[in-house]
Amino acid sequence: MLINPDEIIETIKMIEMENFDIRTVTMGINLRDCADSNIKVLNQKIYDKITTYAKNLVETVEEMEIKYGVPIVNKRISVTPISTIAGTCQETDYSSIAETMDKAAKEVGVDFIGGFSGLVHKGYTKGEKNLIKSIPAALSKTDRVCSSINVATTNAGINMDAVLEMGDVIKKTADLTKDNGAIGCAKLVVFANVPEDNPFMAGAFHGVGEPEAVINVGVSGPGVVKNVVDKIPGADFSELSASIKRTAFKITRMGELIGNSVSKELDVPFGIVDLSLAPTPAIGDSIANILESMGLERCGTHGTTDALALLNDAVKKGGAMASSHVGGLSGAFIPVSEDQGMIEAAEVGALSISKLEAMTSVCSVGLDMIAVPGSTSKETLAAIIADEMAIGMINKKTTAVRIIPVPGKDVGDYVEFGGLLGRAPIIDVNQFSSDDFVNRGGRIPAPLQALNN
Amino acid sequence: MQEEKNNRIVVTVLGEDKVGIVANITTVLAEHKANIIDISQSLLQDLFSMIMLVDISEIDISFEELQNELQDAGQELDLKVMTQHEDIFRYMHRV
Repeated sequence: MLINPDEIIETIKMIEMENFDIRTVTMGINLRDCADSNIKVLNQKIYDKITTYAKNLVETVEEMEIKYGVPIVNKRISVTPISTIAGTCQETDYSSIAETMDKAAKEVGVDFIGGFSGLVHKGYTKGEKNLIKSIPAALSKTDRVCSSINVATTNAGINMDAVLEMGDVIKKTADLTKDNGAIGCAKLVVFANVPEDNPFMAGAFHGVGEPEAVINVGVSGPGVVKNVVDKIPGADFSELSASIKRTAFKITRMGELIGNSVSKELDVPFGIVDLSLAPTPAIGDSIANILESMGLERCGTHGTTDALALLNDAVKKGGAMASSHVGGLSGAFIPVSEDQGMIEAAEVGALSISKLEAMTSVCSVGLDMIAVPGSTSKETLAAIIADEMAIGMINKKTTAVRIIPVPGKDVGDYVEFGGLLGRAPIIDVNQFSSDDFVNRGGRIPAPLQALNN
Repeated sequence: MQEEKNNRIVVTVLGEDKVGIVANITTVLAEHKANIIDISQSLLQDLFSMIMLVDISEIDISFEELQNELQDAGQELDLKVMTQHEDIFRYMHRV
C-alpha cells in the first residue's frame, strides 16, 4: 500500500474517537477602503465588501470538510479594527457599524465576526474613543460581533486610563446583556501585545500589516494530546514532551492542509496556522484533563504552572515544524467555561483566579471566560486586567482578559452561555480594594528590555 | 509540501467481520467507475478493517454522492465506512 495502514487508522482514530477537529477557518478582510464621513455610506460599503469577499467562504470550507473527512467547527471573519476606519465619520455612536457587521456575518453564514476593535496602548484617537464608548451598545444589539481592545504592549507600556475605562465598559456590557447571562462580555477581550493575525474569537481582527484578504486557521485537539499522555503513564519528562511534540506536529499538519486547500480554492492567500490547543466543553476535550493526566490530582494544584509550561512549549515545538507560517496566539488556551476539566477544578476549589493568573504567564492568552460576582466593581475588574497586562508586558507575550461579571450572581452560582462558550461557576475575587491604585490615571512606562532577571 | 494533483481517495471500512464486506463496497465503486489501486485487509481480534486506495478521476457522480452510497452499503452490514482524500494521510504524518 502506498500509504501506511497504521497511519490511516491513527488518523481516523483521532477524528472519530479523540475529538480532533479544525477549530476555525477565519478569513481576514481589509476594510480600510470603506472609510467615509457619512456613516450610512460607510455601513453600506462594509456590508458590500464583506458579503462579496466572504460569499463562498462557508461553502468552500464545507467542501473541504467532506473531501478530507475532518470536522471544521467554525467559519469566521475578522476585519480591520473598526476604530481606524470609523474615525472619519461625523457620527460618534458606532453601534450601527456593529449591526452592519452582524448582518453581513449572518448573510454569509459565519458564526462570528471579529474586529469591533481598537489599539490604544499608547493613547486614544477620536475613532478609538468613540468605538470604546459604543462597545456596550454594539455587543448588546448584535449576536455574532466580537470586540477587542489592546491596552498594553512591551514597547509602549500600559495605558492605565484605558484599563480603567475597560473595567467600566465590561460592567456596562454585562448590565445591557444581563438577561442572557451577561453574554456580551464573552465577546469582549482586553489585550496586551495583541497579534494581528489571530484566527480565534473573541480577539480576532485583521491587522494593518495584513494583505487585502487572508485565510488563517486555528487547530484544536486537546483530546488527542490527552490520549497520548494517558498512553505513557510512567514516562519521564523528556519522553512526555517528545510525545506531545509528535502529536502537535500531526494536528498542525491538518491545519496546514486545510488552510492551503481553502486558500487555493478561494484564491485568497494563506496566512498562518495558529498552534493553539483550544478546548471545548465536550468530555475529554480539555486542557485541564491533560494536566491531570500528567499526574496532578486536580488542575490548579501545585505543579499546574509547570505542567502547563511543558505542554505549551511542546505544542509549539511540534507545531512549528509542521507549518510554514505559524502565528496568532499559538499556545494552550485555558478558558474556564469552555473546558469541562477547568469547570470541575473550580467547583471543588482547586482552581482560583490567582492560580489562573499564574498559569497565564506560561501559556497563551490569559484570564479567559471567567465569571465573577456581579457585584465586582469596575475598579476591581480594571485591577484584574492591569495585573494580566503587566504579565504580558514584562514577559513580551500576548495576554488577555475576558471576564464576565454576571449581574445578580454570586460565588456558588452558575452562568450558562451554551454552545462552545459553555457554562461557568462564579469564581471569587479578592475582596480588598484597588480603587486608589487604578484611579491614578496615565500610562505605565514601557519596561526595560535588558538586565533580565 | 504541495497538494498533489490527483483524485485518489482512501476508503476505510471498520466493523465486525462478515460475509460480503468486500463485495458490497467494491460493487458500489465499480458501478460508478472508481478504480481500486490498492487494497489491504486486516483482522484485529474480531474487528475487521479494510483500507482501499481508489482513483476517482473517472467517476460518474460527485464525490459526496459516492461517499453517501458507500456509507449506505456499509450500513447494510453494520460497518463504518469512511472516505477521505488521500492527502490528509500524506500530510498528517510527513513534511
